[in-house]
Amino acid sequence: MTPAQLYALVGIGLFFVGLYALGVRQHLLPRILALNIMGSGVFVVLVALARRSDGVDPVPHAMVITGIVVAVSATALALRLMLRVAHATGSATLTDTGDE
Amino acid sequence: MVGMTLVSWAFDIALGAALLWLAWRCLFTRNLFESVVLFVAFGLLMAIAWMRLEAPDVAMAEAAIGAGLTGALLMSALARLERPRTGQEEGR
Amino acid sequence: MTGVVRWAFAGLLAVLAFGLASVVLQIPGTGSALRSQVMAQLPQSGVDHAVTAVLLNFRGYDTFLELVVLLLALFGAWGLSDSIDEAPLDTDIDVLTELVAFLVPVLIVVAAYLLWVGAYSPGGAFQGGAVLAGAGVLLSLCDPGWRSRRVERIGEVLLVPGVLVFLLVGLASMLLGGQFLEYPRDMAGSLILLVEGFAMLSIAVTLHTLFAGTPRFGGGA
Repeated sequence: MTPAQLYALVGIGLFFVGLYALGVRQHLLPRILALNIMGSGVFVVLVALARRSDGVDPVPHAMVITGIVVAVSATALALRLMLRVAHATGSATLTDTGDE
Repeated sequence: MVGMTLVSWAFDIALGAALLWLAWRCLFTRNLFESVVLFVAFGLLMAIAWMRLEAPDVAMAEAAIGAGLTGALLMSALARLERPRTGQEEGR
Repeated sequence: MTGVVRWAFAGLLAVLAFGLASVVLQIPGTGSALRSQVMAQLPQSGVDHAVTAVLLNFRGYDTFLELVVLLLALFGAWGLSDSIDEAPLDTDIDVLTELVAFLVPVLIVVAAYLLWVGAYSPGGAFQGGAVLAGAGVLLSLCDPGWRSRRVERIGEVLLVPGVLVFLLVGLASMLLGGQFLEYPRDMAGSLILLVEGFAMLSIAVTLHTLFAGTPRFGGGA
């Protein structure tokens, strides 16, 4: 096991913690955070796999920088949607019952 | 040399565990403000993890965007969410 | 979600995580992936830093479309702002004001430095743009209306040149006989700095606008 593999495992862990929260939490704000943490998990796996025995591959680094900027713009849009939902229904929570 | 390797392994393991723990706490605490604060802390630790993975460019982007700007966005959204309605709509 | 369903969901995710982990651990850590190709082409890219070369030259498409994505997210946010309470948050704190008065000029210099240094070491348009946007956010915390008073409509105009200059440079390189975004070799360095400079400004203004909310087009609060 190398440190890069350790971080790749951490990345997988982050992805699945996020996915679990996305399925379980009902409030929209933790769901948005869950998507962000899932994204971070994917980025960690990408960058960890970029660390090779004979140097660091810069291509995944560039992809992750692009990804971070896209993630923040998507988060901003999602937060707006959340505020809109809260404004329209009076609460930013999704319920299971489906009668809303 | 062996000592150095051990220290760096211990650091990596502690950092990985802290990331997972912060992510868990951030997503499953009932207090939304606490969630946001933990998410910002998570972003800062991510920046350290990028440095450990020899990705200084990503670390800079994460520190400025992931921890800084996302935190500001989340805080302002949270403040608007929890603020009692003001009579803004009539103004339009 | 009931207790049983929740446990089943957790179990399913655990199985998936275990499978994914075993696959990832089998990926060999040897070989250089795309690194050798990047390093071989680096002298012709116009910059000395591999990540900047990938972002602005080899994979310029990605960066160009990313700027478009940023703009689209902003338009989406504007479309939603109709019913959202945009009234400024209450942030009147003296210490913050003093600190920001000191920090904002420093942040502007840091952003310019990051942009410049991106050509040969870690840094570049995204990091610089994020720092600049951070400066804008700090200003908004002290004085929510600063942009509408200080820079009038210039702020909104600055949303576009990042995409526009990138597009024009790409088309110009087609006119000069290359592919879209295939910069002429001897001008690559300066073209990249040009594209990055405008991209940084547009990224900064877009991110700040996402934070600060909608400008009131056509007046009227």
